[in-house]
Amino acid sequence: MHVPDGFLDAPTSAATGAVAVAAVALSLRGARRELDDRTAPAAGLVATFVFAAQMINFPVGAGTSGHLMGGALAAVLVGPWTAVLCVSVVLVVQALLMADGGITALGTNITLIGIVTVAVGWTVFVALRRVLPRRLSMVAPAAAVGALISVPVAALVFTALFSVGGNVSVDLGAVLTAMLGWHTVIGIGEAVVTGLVVATVVATRPDLVHGARPLLFERELEVRTGAVR
Amino acid sequence: MGAGHGHRLHFHGHSPVHRAPAHLKVLALVGFMLVVVATPRQAYPLLALEAAVLLGVVALSRVPLRYLLPRMVVEVPFVVFAVLMPFIAHGPRTEVLGVSVSEPGLVAGVALLVKGTIGVLASLTLAATTEPQDLLRGLQRLRTPDLVVQIMGFMIRYLDVVTAELGRMLTALRSRGCDPRSPRHWPVLARSLGALFIRSYERGERVHLAMLSRGYDGRLPQTGETR
Repeated sequence: MHVPDGFLDAPTSAATGAVAVAAVALSLRGARRELDDRTAPAAGLVATFVFAAQMINFPVGAGTSGHLMGGALAAVLVGPWTAVLCVSVVLVVQALLMADGGITALGTNITLIGIVTVAVGWTVFVALRRVLPRRLSMVAPAAAVGALISVPVAALVFTALFSVGGNVSVDLGAVLTAMLGWHTVIGIGEAVVTGLVVATVVATRPDLVHGARPLLFERELEVRTGAVR
Repeated sequence: MGAGHGHRLHFHGHSPVHRAPAHLKVLALVGFMLVVVATPRQAYPLLALEAAVLLGVVALSRVPLRYLLPRMVVEVPFVVFAVLMPFIAHGPRTEVLGVSVSEPGLVAGVALLVKGTIGVLASLTLAATTEPQDLLRGLQRLRTPDLVVQIMGFMIRYLDVVTAELGRMLTALRSRGCDPRSPRHWPVLARSLGALFIRSYERGERVHLAMLSRGYDGRLPQTGETR
């Protein structure tokens, strides 16, 4: 799903590159708040996890396969700033060491997969967390909806970039319909997997789920007497 | 796990391209690809020249094409898009092998294919000739923020550990009759991924403590040969 070299023209690539650099610089400061001095090893291992999770391919039909993007998942698990950092590092390593995604399209890929999915996923998640009952069991569904919406929005932003810097005039309406339709299907898969993964971590180590932390602090200590003798 | 490990795409060698400083190679790759992307799409002689330059570098690196070509499969998904281009684009129609296609679409599809292929081959050449540790040092020299280089370093260092862990989990799933690719078994797969996240995060915490006990103060010490 990575954008290769030559897909978007040079000015658009440079502009998205600038956006990516600015966002990564901001995330560096934000991640220090989320992880303090554990940033390097913890974010590095989370980046490795995101990479490993992306390795599992799912058949999406027509002989092609999609994989988890993991933006919304990482945002809910480790917080949005660290998530941007982790996904961006994954994309840089993939571009430089695995030739996956063009080097000039790195900014575009970071903007789409690293920034848009994380920002949208996290925003939707936080909004839902406010609306839904404040219970731990609501974290996973909220994360799933965040993931569901984040993927088509990324496709929407890609179509917008393509209309500005695409190298050919195609029927934008058709591209938009195709991209949105396709990515809604991918988004459903992303949502199911994201929700299930978050539910697992919430069930076993809720303290590790960044998005569940406010709910954990609200929980009152329950002292049960009489049950144990 | 330690330094000096080659990664999956690295091709051991001692050519001038292998020995060139990593930061220069990264700069050369970015500069070269910017030129390729900015090349007008119908300037075929220019594109051919760029491809020739790239093939020259590949020849100089003495990495056999036999090694590089199979690894270019990452390109396949967008080849599909490039092939579709002539059919979905607007503009005057033209006949190719008896099929009516859009002329600007055809031009764009060919340009996309050529530029994308050059991009993949160029990136592969960098990956094949550069050790990860050298790449990290090169990025450091290019003033990449220290924290980003450190995160990348940890990612590269633990990549094989974590993917091998995932591989063992998948083997265990399969041996119990579970197909991780099928949506029917996604709940099981997701539980494994959740476990993998917890293991990775906890590994990160243990690594952090181990580093603190060895005097880590936010910067990694320079070790090994400096190139």
